[in-house]
Amino acid sequence: MPTVEIPVEKWSGKIHEVRLGGQGRKEVVVGGENTLPFLHFEGSIPNPPVLAVEVLDRDPRDWAEPLLQAWGDVLKNPAAWAKKAVEVGANLIALRLKTAHPEEGNTGAEEAKRVVSSVLEAVDVPLIVLGPEVAEKDNEVLVAASEAGRGQRLALGNCEEKNYRTIGATCLADGHVAIGKTPIEINLAKQLNILLSDLGMSQDSLLMDPTTGALGYGLEYTYSVMERLRLAALGGDKMTSMPMICTVGEEAWRQKEAKTSEGVPDTWGPLAERALRWEEMTAISLLQSGANIIVLRHPSTVEKVQSAITRLMG
Amino acid sequence: MSMTGVQIYKFLPKTNCKKCGFPTCLAFAMKVAQKSIAITDCPDLSEESTLALESAARPPIQIVTVGADEKKIEVGGEVVMFRHEKTFYHPPGLVIRLKDSTPLEENLKQVEAVASYQVERVGMMFTVDGFAIENDSGDAAAFAKLVAAVAEKAPSPLVLMSTKPDAMKTALEKAGPLRPLIYAATTDNWSDMTELAKAHGCPLAVAAGDGLEGLAGLVEQVTGNGVENIVLDPGGRDYLSSLTQLTQIRRLALKENFRPLGFPVIAFPGEGTDSNEEESMLAGQQVAKYAGIIVLNHFSPSTMYPLLTLRLNIYTDPQKPIQMQPGLYPIGNPKEDSPVCVTTNFSLTYFAVAGELEGSAFPSWLMVCDTEGLSVLTAWAAGKFDAERIAKATKEFNIAGSVNHHRVIIPGHLAVLRGELEEELSGWEVLVGPRDAVDLGAFLKKSW
Ligand code: SF4
Repeated sequence: MPTVEIPVEKWSGKIHEVRLGGQGRKEVVVGGENTLPFLHFEGSIPNPPVLAVEVLDRDPRDWAEPLLQAWGDVLKNPAAWAKKAVEVGANLIALRLKTAHPEEGNTGAEEAKRVVSSVLEAVDVPLIVLGPEVAEKDNEVLVAASEAGRGQRLALGNCEEKNYRTIGATCLADGHVAIGKTPIEINLAKQLNILLSDLGMSQDSLLMDPTTGALGYGLEYTYSVMERLRLAALGGDKMTSMPMICTVGEEAWRQKEAKTSEGVPDTWGPLAERALRWEEMTAISLLQSGANIIVLRHPSTVEKVQSAITRLMG
Repeated sequence: MSMTGVQIYKFLPKTNCKKCGFPTCLAFAMKVAQKSIAITDCPDLSEESTLALESAARPPIQIVTVGADEKKIEVGGEVVMFRHEKTFYHPPGLVIRLKDSTPLEENLKQVEAVASYQVERVGMMFTVDGFAIENDSGDAAAFAKLVAAVAEKAPSPLVLMSTKPDAMKTALEKAGPLRPLIYAATTDNWSDMTELAKAHGCPLAVAAGDGLEGLAGLVEQVTGNGVENIVLDPGGRDYLSSLTQLTQIRRLALKENFRPLGFPVIAFPGEGTDSNEEESMLAGQQVAKYAGIIVLNHFSPSTMYPLLTLRLNIYTDPQKPIQMQPGLYPIGNPKEDSPVCVTTNFSLTYFAVAGELEGSAFPSWLMVCDTEGLSVLTAWAAGKFDAERIAKATKEFNIAGSVNHHRVIIPGHLAVLRGELEEELSGWEVLVGPRDAVDLGAFLKKSW
């Protein structure tokens, strides 16, 4: 019999370990691995990828039917919604402060504080708070969220090049983790990590969002940028060694395939099934390219992806 | 794979006898590496070395063809671990499993459904590649009957699954000309299966349950017997063992040039999972991570479409991103009074813009200009996205025929083109949209 010597890479780098929650709240740790996703034969993977469920601060009336049906009445109340999300298996809650958007109500710091506090009270898992993705408004409501969650080690996003100073400073002041988001490009991602580090943020307080492309809508770009970031990190580049977060639910459910039941080919299959497959398939591929936190929308996806992660962790 | 002079030198007699016309064996090897002369110019090359050199010149992962004529699939031949390093060349074959213990009528219904399935994406048509037919009954006649029926109804790439050489033999009498993949040679039957593969010119799957060493050993026996077209089944079925084995096999082939495992791999996601949905997720992992042929126990449009889409995504050449066909695209049922937005045919830009329009309260028309696959700013800088081109496209796609207004929205980055475009398109009003697609919804609310 020929002898087979399994080639093992000697990586010099390691993904930074980032802690969320803690201090009375459940703690979730991501990162820490010194090999590619799930290659246990090669290195150590101390923490599995985790799943967050996206919760909005208002009734998501524009969401696709399968989501509305799955969650039902809790959609009217972020705290109740978050509670149910934890029941269906969310390791984290990703609270999106949608109403702060100038077109969605333009609410401000007060409302942000109220919602963040109510969700923090309702669940004992760590919280990710995401702004409306308008830089000035992000600054306003994320600073408010930061104060409301002082000591709870939240993750706050998104920092972009435009507003990283404000978000970074508030994270530093209140002991939170900042999420740097850049548009599917390895150098921009690295650059933002450098800027945030220069502010004084330590490497264990940063996550990066490489921007998620859904299945069929740019997934391959995200997939490859993530692989490249991860390879650079394992090669020893500390400024690409942040754990990665992917907003899979938001992107997958935005696509026609996850929303439309009329006027589409029969070969797409029924919406109720197809929409779920769209979210699942996006998630399973990005797990393979190095996602540490995946933000999902449908409870059934949480269950399925969790089961895949459990099996991949051996 | 081409070899370097030093690699070739290792196989030469190293006597420097000069019979080849070169002063040293190394000088000769260098010339061979440049392909300016043939290795056979050395008269003293041993037979062993000739064979070794031939096999070393093969690609690190053999390309294996399953099926005959136009419907055949080619798998293997990959040269990188990560798609960004070059590209993944040969998309894995997706085949649907049928069992000869299922009533024939039911099987034929499934064959009909699978064979007629086709779905369009970015202007391309995708279909399911073929069938895996399993001798679940253990009865050779039942197996041959189903194989013959499928071969007649849907002549396509097939995987014939039986460990019994006699059953395989009768099935091959029916379907041999379709060049099916014979699944599988095992430690017990490999000698007979090898003969069948040779007799019918078919590729042969080699399955060994006891780790990669056992598999490599069996492959050597099979190749020693003269079969070169091999597909590997390393035995792992669940998420983790599949990922582990497929990664290890790919690495051994590419990094160590380890011949016995330099072949495409067959995967059975349905055997490591409990439902159609989970099977499709594991199949998704295997599309991304290194499978050559994927045998699916279930078939349904709602799982097949995402899987085919993922395969297209992963196997797109990163150096040649998918371009959209230029034209006018309806996003969400637009009417005559709906907005018209202009963008490039770089697929990522298109997807970003289409996604935002889809998510906005405004069904819209999206006019995709031919910018040769460049994004907005790059295309503009390269002179491939100017007023002239936009005006030309507006006429070419007959925008005026689809809407009852004369207003177009151009990307915010192209604000400078506004005046020029209004001149080119007399009678049209040009609105300058936002710079980022995310702001489209808000923009339309305010300005449309
Ligand atoms: S003929 Fe062969 S052995 Fe002799 S010098 Fe040339 S390469 Fe070497």
